[in-house]
Amino acid sequence: MTELTSLGVKEIRDGVRDGSFTAREVAEAFNTAVAEAAALNAFIVTTPDHALAAADKVDAARAASETLGAMAGVPIGMKDLFATHGVQTTAASHILEGFTPRYESTVSQKLWDAGAGMLGKLNLDQFAMGSSNETSYFGNVTSPWKKAGSNAAMSPGGSSGGSSAAVAARIAPAATGTDTGGSIRQPAAFTGICGIKPTYGRCSRWGVVAFASSLDQAGPMARSVEDCAIMLGAMAGFDPKDATSLQMDVPDWEAALNADLRGKKVGIPREYRMEGTDQAILDSWEQGKAWLKDAGAEIVDVSLPHTKYALPAYYIVAPAEASSNLARYDGVRYGLRDLPEGVGLQDMYAATRAAGFGDEVKRRILIGTYVLSAGFYDAYYTQAQKVRALVARDFARAFAECDVILAPTTPTASFPLGSMNEDPLTMYLNDVFAVPASLAGLPAMSVPATINADGLPLGLQLVGRPFDEQGVLNAGLAIQQRAGFTAKPEKWW
Amino acid sequence: MSVDKATVAKIASLARIRMDDAELERMVPELNGILQWVEQLGEVDVTGIEPMAAVIPNTLRLRDDVVDADPLTGGGKRDDVLANAPAAEHGFFGVPKVIE
Repeated sequence: MTELTSLGVKEIRDGVRDGSFTAREVAEAFNTAVAEAAALNAFIVTTPDHALAAADKVDAARAASETLGAMAGVPIGMKDLFATHGVQTTAASHILEGFTPRYESTVSQKLWDAGAGMLGKLNLDQFAMGSSNETSYFGNVTSPWKKAGSNAAMSPGGSSGGSSAAVAARIAPAATGTDTGGSIRQPAAFTGICGIKPTYGRCSRWGVVAFASSLDQAGPMARSVEDCAIMLGAMAGFDPKDATSLQMDVPDWEAALNADLRGKKVGIPREYRMEGTDQAILDSWEQGKAWLKDAGAEIVDVSLPHTKYALPAYYIVAPAEASSNLARYDGVRYGLRDLPEGVGLQDMYAATRAAGFGDEVKRRILIGTYVLSAGFYDAYYTQAQKVRALVARDFARAFAECDVILAPTTPTASFPLGSMNEDPLTMYLNDVFAVPASLAGLPAMSVPATINADGLPLGLQLVGRPFDEQGVLNAGLAIQQRAGFTAKPEKWW
Repeated sequence: MSVDKATVAKIASLARIRMDDAELERMVPELNGILQWVEQLGEVDVTGIEPMAAVIPNTLRLRDDVVDADPLTGGGKRDDVLANAPAAEHGFFGVPKVIE
C-alpha cells in the first residue's frame, strides 16, 4: 500500500472519495508523522483530535453518500497566525502566549467547511516578521533539507517556515501561509514546494493576526500546483467582515488548469538581474524561460524600472502599518500582562510590550513609529507610498506587453540558521524579488525548479495581473511538468 | 537622517516599549542602518504621483442597518470578549489605578 503521508491534497481527496482509504487512516498517518517530527519544531501546538474529528465527519458523510467538500479528508497545518476557536493562537509571540480565540478566522472556517482537518498550529517568524524563521518566541524551525556534506541546521525560510518545513517533510500534505512581503513564496522556494499568494483581497483577513494590513494575504502551500489550486479555491471568497475583501466570484482554478501556453507572452523583467544573485539562480531562470517557451509561450523582455526601490519602500510601509496594528497589545484585553509592583497604566503598557515582543518586532515598531511621527511623515511614509504607486504602475505597464512575469523567487538558496543575523538589512534583502508583487497586490507563486550544487532547492516565481491567479497557476503548471522536480529531503528527524 | 540614543528613547516611549540603556545603545546603529538604506527613496522622482494607500481598486461597503446582522461580529459577546483578558472583573477589563 502507498504510504499515505507521501500523498498530496488531490490524491488524498480523490482516494477518500473513491474509497481507496478512509479519511481517518489519512489523519492517523499524518498525526503519527507530526508526532515523530518534533525535531523540526514546525508546530507550536499539535491538534491530533481536530484532525481525527474532521476525518470521522468526512467518513460518515461518505458512508451517507453525501457530497464531499473540495478538501474532504485532507489534514492540513494551520499557520499560527490564523485565529482558531479553542486552540491557542500566538503569532509565535510571547505577548499572545495562551491566547485562545473564541472565534474562528474566515479562512480556517472555510477550510473546515470544505472537509479539511487541522494537524496543529504551525510555527512562524514572530508576527510574520522575518525571512528565516528565527524570530519565533517558540524557537527556530529547522528545514528538513540539509546542505550536501553538512549537518548544519538550515533555514526553512520565513515567515511561513513551519508551513514550508512541514509540507516539505511530508508531515502535512498542505498548509496555510500568509504573505506580506514574500512570506509564502520565499519559504516555498527554500524547501522545494509550491506556494501562491493570491491577489490582495481574495482571501479574507478576518481572524488573521494583522501585520501590515494593506499587504497581508493568505494563501496555500503544498507540493504541487494542482494542490495549490484546490486549496486556494477553498480559502478564497468574499467576506463582508473584511472591508478589503474582493466582492468577486471565485473561479474553479483546478478545473481550468491548462499548461498549454500557446498565445501567451511571458515577461522577463530586466531589472531583476541583480548583483549578488547566485549563478545557479540565474541559470534556473534561463531554464525556466526555455520551459515556458517549450509550453508554447513567447518570451518578451519587460522593464520594471522601480524594482530597486520596492524593498526600501516596503520597509517603510510595512513597519508603519505594523506599529499601528500592534498597538493593540497592551496587556489589557488579551495576552500577556506585565505589571511591576506599584506602577500605573502607562508603565504597565511599556513593561508588557517590552516583555512580550521580540527584538525584530520591536525594531519594526520603532521604525514604524519614527516614520509616522510628526516632521518625518512626508519624508518617509508619503514618499514610500508614492514609490509604491510607481512600483504598481511599472507592473501595469509591463502587463500591457505580457500575460505573466517570470523571475527568480529568491536571490539565494536556503542558508544555515544563525548565518545571517549580524545585520537586519542582510536578511531583508532576501525578499528583494518577492516584495514588488506584494506592494502591487498581484497574484504571485513560487514553484520548485531544480536543485543547486549543494543539493538545495531553488524556486521560480510567476507574477500575474490582478485577479489572474489562473494565468499564474497555468504557467506554474507548465514549469512543474517540465522541471520534473521530485527531490525530497532525506529523513533525519 | 539619523537617530541618536535620545531620539530612540523618545520613539520607544511613544511606542510604549520600555527599553534599558543597553537596549537603546544596541538599537541606535541598527535603526540607523535601516534609515540610511531607505534614504535612497529620496532619489525617486515622484512628481505628480499620488501616494498609494489601497492597492486593488475597491469601494467601501455599508452593511445593512440591522442589529447583529452577522452574529460573529454582532453584540452580546461580553463573556467571549473578556475570556482572554489578563484581569477581567465584574464584566470589565481590569487595569491598575489610573487616578490617584
